Amino acid sequence: MIPEIGHFALVLAFAVSICLAVFPLYGYLTSQDGFCATAKPLALLQGFALAVSFGVLMYGFLTHDFSVKYVADNSNLDLPWHFRMSAVWGAHEGSLLLWALILAFWGVAVALFSRGIPDHMSALVLSVMGMISVGFLAFMLFTSNPFVRILPFAPGNGADLNPLLQDPGLIFHPPMLYMGYVGLSVAFAFAMASLISGQLDATWARWSRPWTTVAWAFLTLGIALGSWWAYYELGWGGWWFWDPVENASLIPWLVATALMHSLAVTEKRGLFRSWTLLLAIAAFSLSLLGTFLVRSGVLTSVHAFANDPERGVFILGFLVVVIGGSLTLYALRAGKVSEPGEFAWISRESFLLFNNLVLTVMAVSVLLGTLYPLLVDAVGGGKVSVGPPFFNAVFVPLTAILVSGMAFGPLAKWRKSDDPKLYRPLIVTLIVSVLVGLGWPSLLAGSYSIGTAIGVTLALWLAIATVVDFQKKVGLYGGLATTLARVEKGMIGMWFAHFGLAVMILGVVMVENHTEHRDLRMGVGDAQRLGNYDVRMTDLAVINGPNYVADQATFEIYEDDQLFKTVTPQKRRYNASGMVMTEASIDSGLTRDLYIAMGEPLGDGDWAVRLSVKPFVDWIWAGAFLMGLGGFISITDRRYRQKFEVKKGEASGEEVPA
Amino acid sequence: MNRLMVWLPLGIFAILVGFFFKGLSLDPNEQPSALIGQPVPVFELTDLMTGERLTREQLPRQPFLLNVWASWCITCQVEHPYLTQLSKQMPVVGLNYKDTETAAKNWLAKLGDPYALQIFDPTGRLGLDLGVAGAPETFLVDSNGVIHLRIQGEVNDRVYAKKIQPVLETIQ
Amino acid sequence: MNKSILIACLLSVSLCLHAAIETYQFDSPEQEARFRQLGYELRCPKCQNQAIGDSDAEISGDLRAEVYRMLKDGATDDEIKEFMVARYGRYVLYNPPLDKHTLILWFGPAVLLILGGIFVGLRIRQSKKALEAGESQT
Repeated sequence: MIPEIGHFALVLAFAVSICLAVFPLYGYLTSQDGFCATAKPLALLQGFALAVSFGVLMYGFLTHDFSVKYVADNSNLDLPWHFRMSAVWGAHEGSLLLWALILAFWGVAVALFSRGIPDHMSALVLSVMGMISVGFLAFMLFTSNPFVRILPFAPGNGADLNPLLQDPGLIFHPPMLYMGYVGLSVAFAFAMASLISGQLDATWARWSRPWTTVAWAFLTLGIALGSWWAYYELGWGGWWFWDPVENASLIPWLVATALMHSLAVTEKRGLFRSWTLLLAIAAFSLSLLGTFLVRSGVLTSVHAFANDPERGVFILGFLVVVIGGSLTLYALRAGKVSEPGEFAWISRESFLLFNNLVLTVMAVSVLLGTLYPLLVDAVGGGKVSVGPPFFNAVFVPLTAILVSGMAFGPLAKWRKSDDPKLYRPLIVTLIVSVLVGLGWPSLLAGSYSIGTAIGVTLALWLAIATVVDFQKKVGLYGGLATTLARVEKGMIGMWFAHFGLAVMILGVVMVENHTEHRDLRMGVGDAQRLGNYDVRMTDLAVINGPNYVADQATFEIYEDDQLFKTVTPQKRRYNASGMVMTEASIDSGLTRDLYIAMGEPLGDGDWAVRLSVKPFVDWIWAGAFLMGLGGFISITDRRYRQKFEVKKGEASGEEVPA
Repeated sequence: MNRLMVWLPLGIFAILVGFFFKGLSLDPNEQPSALIGQPVPVFELTDLMTGERLTREQLPRQPFLLNVWASWCITCQVEHPYLTQLSKQMPVVGLNYKDTETAAKNWLAKLGDPYALQIFDPTGRLGLDLGVAGAPETFLVDSNGVIHLRIQGEVNDRVYAKKIQPVLETIQ
Repeated sequence: MNKSILIACLLSVSLCLHAAIETYQFDSPEQEARFRQLGYELRCPKCQNQAIGDSDAEISGDLRAEVYRMLKDGATDDEIKEFMVARYGRYVLYNPPLDKHTLILWFGPAVLLILGGIFVGLRIRQSKKALEAGESQT
């Protein structure tokens, strides 16, 4: 009975989403305020219905209701409770439900926090979000319903959650990522609302800026968590694999990053309006495209379509309606915006255009590489693979170009900024970063690495330039406290984000070029030198976990003959699926991780063992965390809490008749 | 110019949709063999059953199926009855891949031996030269010893009708 | 290596996700580096999306063993890649060589950057003219 409540709530949410998509839009087009006013209550009702539906599915997992097929496929009596919760979004149907729930959550957020926005605008925004919701819920109900039951003969036990996903990282990674993905729908909806209403001045940019920033911050943290999870869970110590799944999150991130910067120009200067609209549409469209391409198997997997062509056609149809529809509307309306603006070659506008150019090229390149095997196959060119060598070859130089420019942007002024005095601090920045960068690799063991020298130089260049900009503002406002109090929070957020990127680059450069890595045969009593440490295997044991059996080795790590740490990597075999998982032991540190993983037994009680020293690897995620933090700091700005007012003529706004 | 440029994103998207639509009917994991149109590689191995030396000169002089199998492969058991049936129409040569002699012989004793020849390849050397990624795989070879088709995974009547038969008709 | 893992891989073409850890001995650090690089550039023909250096599928182990043997025999990187392509097709190359099928892939990003750069340049020139016009008026 209880699963039916969830199912009913899902159907209710579907019905509500149709109303939400239709009524406010109808109200707007026919100027009937009554219909517009339904938007907020409907958004709240939809959020409630989906929360009930989601809660019921989670209840099914917690109570081992194996009569629900989705629970039976993804849970097990032995599965610990916290993994039973995360198992809700561990497979296709449930992760769609999470998607829909988060979309509804963003709708609720818009309904609650849009009091300053004119009613017809928030009604249109919610209506657009309702349309997206209709597509998702229809897809769930007709092809991927998580509440399908196995009755009357429910299995006594479930097939278990994929062991890869039995990890704390998976509890937080997908919700964070989806908050980001789906959060971009708000910026998309604002863009669409302004296209529908024809109000193409800069006001929509101001409204959607905080939403975009917060979605971007979630996306940043979500991607970073995923990378961190891959690092310690997949068992071979990589942190980014250029897998289609990862690229599907990176592409929207790159576009969203471009969008944040472009929104700044549109809000402050009323420029690039049609480009910003396009980015807002593209960011969400690409996150839709990515989710669907990956989830449905056109790019990666296993005969998903051969078995179920309906699903594929449905997805494609949905993409055509949402993306095709929005791009058509864009083409019809945005062409009328002409906006040369007034700014010089050297100006903040130019630097932000440069930023947008490079980020766009990055995003398109990753998209091209990800889709290329499909493209070649579709024109009969056979099977090709595009992997990390391609992506690195394209992404690394583009990042270098981007970072080179990032030092100038914040120092430059709007309109015209060719006064050399503005950039004088960068001379010292350049000298320091080049000298330290060139010197850095010679402090490291092994042969001199030019890649490291360039990478460290770039990281320092960006970090120091960010600090210089900060100092300049402190000087301007007279003191740290007054600066932090009076400067726009967006500025503080930017410092965090830019500094975070520098931290991340340093981590990437170090771990990619200087990882010490050895695969060895080791038995109990064997010792190995690893960096500045001695590693000794002292014990081998068989451990019974809740739903797995593990071979566990104990390693003692000595530093200068002093016992530094004892670690216990495992090789687990999960009972239900028989899948074998490597649980690496990682000792994290500020300047290095010690990474120990077990391979295969080699006989005589010996094991193949991987020992790695990964310098600065945690800086990658620390940097990403700083970036995400920067995003959250930005939206605390007071002006976002004030009532938004449409000031006519403030930005060079021109109205296009609807 | 601006008025034309705004249609560009829609155009690009339309082209992508075309590709995606085509992609729906493509299987990203299907890999045609790199050896299509090439002769079976040179090998010198033994016959699993007789222990005698086997080379490619001893392969049938008529179109035949070369079936890569192993006793540890579950799908091989699934397709075995169908191959047994098929062996009445055309010769099926076995390539026992990365297996042990005892296990392979027990398996054949239990399930029956429809194979015209049984190449014993315990190290997987010939498998590697054939571009085998795992068992089962089945190659369609013509009377001159040239490979025309590779099936990865189970062979059944659907696969035969859809993939093997059309090619077989062209080489007979 | 465990047969059941292989079977799991074969049946579902699933992710065979655990470290490929082996204890090969190399003649020199350069040789080891080449081994790693090849392991990173060659794709496992049976896994979902993994290099042979990362994959624990049986076929990846076989291919690594072959790479190792060929390296020891003094083969060049190109010879090893050709060997693999002859058997497993272009699919195994994660770093697809430049040919008529990969022209757009390899030149696309650079062409886009240049075209985009020209477009942005023209755009700024327009704005600069507007700026100058505005300044001369006042």
